[in-house]
Amino acid sequence: MTRGLALVAAVLLIALPWGLSSYQLGLLTKMLIFAVFAMSLNLILGYAGLPSLGHAAYFGVAAYTTALLSLRLTPNFWLDFAAGLIAAAITAALFGLLALRAQGSYLLMITLALAQVLWGIAFGWRSLTGGDDGLPGITRPAVGPWRLGDGISFYYFILVVFSLAVALMWLVVRSPFGRALVGIRESARRMEVLGYNVWLHKYVAFVLAGTLAGLSGALFVYYNGFVSPAYLSIVFSAMALIMVILGGAGTLLGPAVGSAAIVFLENAISAYTERWLLILGLIYVVVTLFAPAGLLGLLRARQAAVRM
Amino acid sequence: MTFWTIQVLNGLSFGMLLFLLAAGLSLIYGLMRILNLAHGSYYILGAYVGLSVLHATASFALATVAAVALVVALGVVMERFVLRRLPQHEELPQALMTFGILLIVGDVSLWIWGGTPTQLPKPEGLSSSVRFAGMIFPSYRLFVIAVGIVVGLALWIFQERTRLGAMIRAAIDDAEIARATGINVSLLSTGVFALGAALAALGGIIGGPLVGVYPGADFEILLLAFVVVIIGGLGSLKGALFGGLLVGLLDTFGKVLFPGLAMFTIFAPMAIILALRPTGLFGAR
Repeated sequence: MTRGLALVAAVLLIALPWGLSSYQLGLLTKMLIFAVFAMSLNLILGYAGLPSLGHAAYFGVAAYTTALLSLRLTPNFWLDFAAGLIAAAITAALFGLLALRAQGSYLLMITLALAQVLWGIAFGWRSLTGGDDGLPGITRPAVGPWRLGDGISFYYFILVVFSLAVALMWLVVRSPFGRALVGIRESARRMEVLGYNVWLHKYVAFVLAGTLAGLSGALFVYYNGFVSPAYLSIVFSAMALIMVILGGAGTLLGPAVGSAAIVFLENAISAYTERWLLILGLIYVVVTLFAPAGLLGLLRARQAAVRM
Repeated sequence: MTFWTIQVLNGLSFGMLLFLLAAGLSLIYGLMRILNLAHGSYYILGAYVGLSVLHATASFALATVAAVALVVALGVVMERFVLRRLPQHEELPQALMTFGILLIVGDVSLWIWGGTPTQLPKPEGLSSSVRFAGMIFPSYRLFVIAVGIVVGLALWIFQERTRLGAMIRAAIDDAEIARATGINVSLLSTGVFALGAALAALGGIIGGPLVGVYPGADFEILLLAFVVVIIGGLGSLKGALFGGLLVGLLDTFGKVLFPGLAMFTIFAPMAIILALRPTGLFGAR
């Protein structure tokens, strides 16, 4: 059943550009980019059981790095993009050393505080980052001979990257390493006794998740042509959290569903009212109260009820 | 000389303000293991409500009472009717829920009070300065420090010297055993939540004239309170006081000495303490 759904989704994603307006296509592109962001958080949250309130840190660092290099050094895609990923990986490697010493609520506070440092730098270092105004004017790149100037090419490029990210996630969570992460989520002590290096597993997952978040951040810069401190803010971090929870933590494609839902809602609601943050807050409250296992969880509960 | 004395005073008064906020955050965590992200909302709500009542009545006492009462009501409703429905001892649902409330209160405040940064006026009689030993001290800063000391002492006496305080300590140590000895932990939890909310609202009223109130102040204050409890340790009053004063001084001197790098003067010590003691200087476990 799930496989069939995935196939239908894949066909739709490939065929849709011919049926959508350029505005709708842009929205779909944004959904895919944020799906990668949510999936990256899901790797540590859903599989390894490590919550983070600062996941925007890696998204934003990659975004700023790619943007700055593209504006000031060279529009070479491979260089700017790779630098963004590397910057995100280094940031995650540093933050992971500090954050993974803590657990539970401390982990939440520390990841938030560390991300907020970067937000503070982006906000305060005006000469480099443009401060609150951000950095506009980043153009869509050419990937080798492939120019991404128009919406459809850019969409397909994002779709390719998204598919690669899904494939990578699939490989990781099916691998012995991914299985060990789930074991650590369920009982870190037991895994320790079994001889697993729990800290190292968590750390590798943390850095990988940060790098993937960086991937989405670099893509989003090209999508928006703009970067601002908001990319590093707690609102972005928490948005990734709610995408993961809403779609279903610990499932491969749940976060993509969550991303599609939130991006769609943001867009639909912002068209009618300026009170999007109020609605977003209500979404947090409602999901936490009524759908703590996400939409997939609701679906499964319903199926189970039907079977009985 | 005067310049540095004033800076110390600024740092201490800001530190006392942070103590008021971190103490509530810390008490609530200590008893219920709830990381309340909506604590930042209590601050701005306290400040905004105080501001409105002050405009209407020109009475500081009335403004304080109204702000504290409203924020306490919000805290009690949150604790009784929302947070209790969530699974116990799972930090993520609590974090999402309280973050949602933080967003809601923030956006509703923006709706009601607008986006212009505002400062509460200082109470009459505290807007001037005091001369002592040939130096001039702004009296409002002294007043904030005094309030911090009084609140700190009162909390300490309450926790260490009263029956209720002993019950709270017992419940913090082991809620199950405390319940078995007949302590009403449920009511106690609501009480502590109300106390924490009251302290944050008081922080909003008192901090209003110092740091002002504006959209985003909830996030900023919450973040600083986090840094305080990361340094001092969650669940420890002593940690909240020590951490508050340290962060207050570091922030003030950081802004004076290294204006561009003020964030680092707070976060570098935080990172060091984290590396050495992941549960803070006074935190248990």
